[in-house]
Amino acid sequence: MTGSTAYGIEKLRSARESGKEGLTSAEVLAAGRRRRRTRRITVTVSLLVLTVGLFALSLMAGQTWYTPGEVLRVLMGETVPGASFTVGDLRLPRASMALLAGGAFGMAGVTFQTMLRNPLASPDVIGISAGASAAAVFTIVLLGVSETMVSVVAIAAALGTAVAIYVLASVDGVVTARLILVGIGMAALLNSVVYYALQRANEWDLQVAMRWITGSVNGATWGEVLPLAVACLVAMPLLLGQGHQLGMLQLGDDLASSLGTRVERTRIVSIVLAVVLLAFATAAAGPIAFVAFLSGPIAARLVGGGAGLLAPSALVGASLVMAADLIGQFAFDTRYPVGVITGALGAPFLVYLLIRANRTGGSL
Amino acid sequence: MTTAHVLKAEHLTLGYGDRLVVDDLDLVVPAGLVTVIVGANASGKSTLLKALARLLAPKSGRVVLDGDDLQRTSSKEVAKVLGLLPQSPIAPDGIEVSDLVARGRNPHRGLLSRWTPEDEAAVATALDQTGTTELADRCLDELSGGQRQRVWIALALAQQTDLLLLDEPTTFLDISHQVDVLDLLTDLNATRGTTIVMVLHDLNLAARYADHLIAMADGRIHSQGSPSEVITPEMVREVYGLESRVIPDPLSGQPLVLPIGRHRVTMGA
Repeated sequence: MTGSTAYGIEKLRSARESGKEGLTSAEVLAAGRRRRRTRRITVTVSLLVLTVGLFALSLMAGQTWYTPGEVLRVLMGETVPGASFTVGDLRLPRASMALLAGGAFGMAGVTFQTMLRNPLASPDVIGISAGASAAAVFTIVLLGVSETMVSVVAIAAALGTAVAIYVLASVDGVVTARLILVGIGMAALLNSVVYYALQRANEWDLQVAMRWITGSVNGATWGEVLPLAVACLVAMPLLLGQGHQLGMLQLGDDLASSLGTRVERTRIVSIVLAVVLLAFATAAAGPIAFVAFLSGPIAARLVGGGAGLLAPSALVGASLVMAADLIGQFAFDTRYPVGVITGALGAPFLVYLLIRANRTGGSL
Repeated sequence: MTTAHVLKAEHLTLGYGDRLVVDDLDLVVPAGLVTVIVGANASGKSTLLKALARLLAPKSGRVVLDGDDLQRTSSKEVAKVLGLLPQSPIAPDGIEVSDLVARGRNPHRGLLSRWTPEDEAAVATALDQTGTTELADRCLDELSGGQRQRVWIALALAQQTDLLLLDEPTTFLDISHQVDVLDLLTDLNATRGTTIVMVLHDLNLAARYADHLIAMADGRIHSQGSPSEVITPEMVREVYGLESRVIPDPLSGQPLVLPIGRHRVTMGA
């Protein structure tokens, strides 16, 4: 171990020479890590508070306002005249669906964006959401099957779409730009399936149409929320467990692999988990426009470069959907489904990214 | 000092799709030395380097590290012994230098194990050795090309592998930064005994810094040995299709290649 002595001396000398007066490199490193950790925790806790706040507000707000006390009593299982029905049976399923679908879209979206190193590679831009959506609307409208069956078909279709895009985009290896273009084409194709199925529907009502075109949490029932809740409980912790490896993929396949990451395995596990989240959320609430696409980049700007984005993106997604649903319900004379509001927010950002990507080919 | 690891290729054939890039190649990487691979564009240098680092599965033949077939060893085990710095590595937007370099510790971390003092020391040493300590808090995006390349090398150093493979570590750098990087790698080889294998484009820098030189042409090893054995007008003609004269470098005694093009050569070649 003669090398270690020379190493130590060199380290001391270099630490003395380094610009930070009196600080060794180790101290500089520790300080930097503390600073990044503080920012990450502050942002995550703030997002958590925002999410809880919006959830509470969703339960309180409506034609009749209920106090936090009344809402809390309903949640504790007490019977409160009026509130028990409005809050417990109408607002709670709706708010829960907004929370869970938003979280699922946010986390699934950032998984794809991180993995493919491009914010445009979001599942709602590259047609994977459209795959789930088309399958769900097709089975509901034309086959009339149960809700569990719809979720299963939606997952299969989303996975199938992901595989199809991957295969179609791989000529001499997959290039992200080509994958995005193929995906956008796929999204257009699958959306036409949605429109077709809606045209053939017996009861062409606006409610149903809006859900499958832009996404809506209107009239959510526990029967729809429950499968999504189970999917979130299973897939989210598993995906969070992949977070570290997923972060390594940001360094590119070659470097990630030479740093000991099992690239293919990480990619496949992450895609499957993200698609499960996406498909269940889509089967429950429809493809709420641009939530998967917006959450990651917003979270990235908040937490800073290089940090894990899965949890912050889920919280951003949940907050986005709940805030957009509140705006859609109460900000205008007409009530709009949540997807119309998120769509209005997301479209300008998409244009901005396309312009920027054209110039720099930027990443998250 | 480091233990001597044996990295070799046996009947290695590599390619993408139907296209063969490296054909039935045998190679033993000399332990503890600086090996430089040179060759014309598309001669298979980078492809060979990728296969040596387990990033590309051979079509036939195998790469063997310490007696084990590389493809049968887990990427994490390989990553503790062998590091590779790709030609143009990418980083997430807005990542800070110290955060990036810390990722070099990935192979040494268990599933749930926390950041250890050894990790901290490895990163600190890597920053010191590459002179990037002052940049630790900066974002990678803000740095110049030369600074950025030093940061990437710091990441590879933080990995603390006994074998380090680098694909054109001097591209996009001006001459002084090229020399900086090569001096840094030579220091690393001298102080830690790290075995270094790198692809270089500049023949004269290759001759100056290599202990062992490999010239590749059409997916095969054209010649290998000490720079003075390998660098000859014949090799330059056969590998690059270029006429040249080779003289001793007055500063190092290593061979120096003077290319002969169609213009501007006034002395009889």
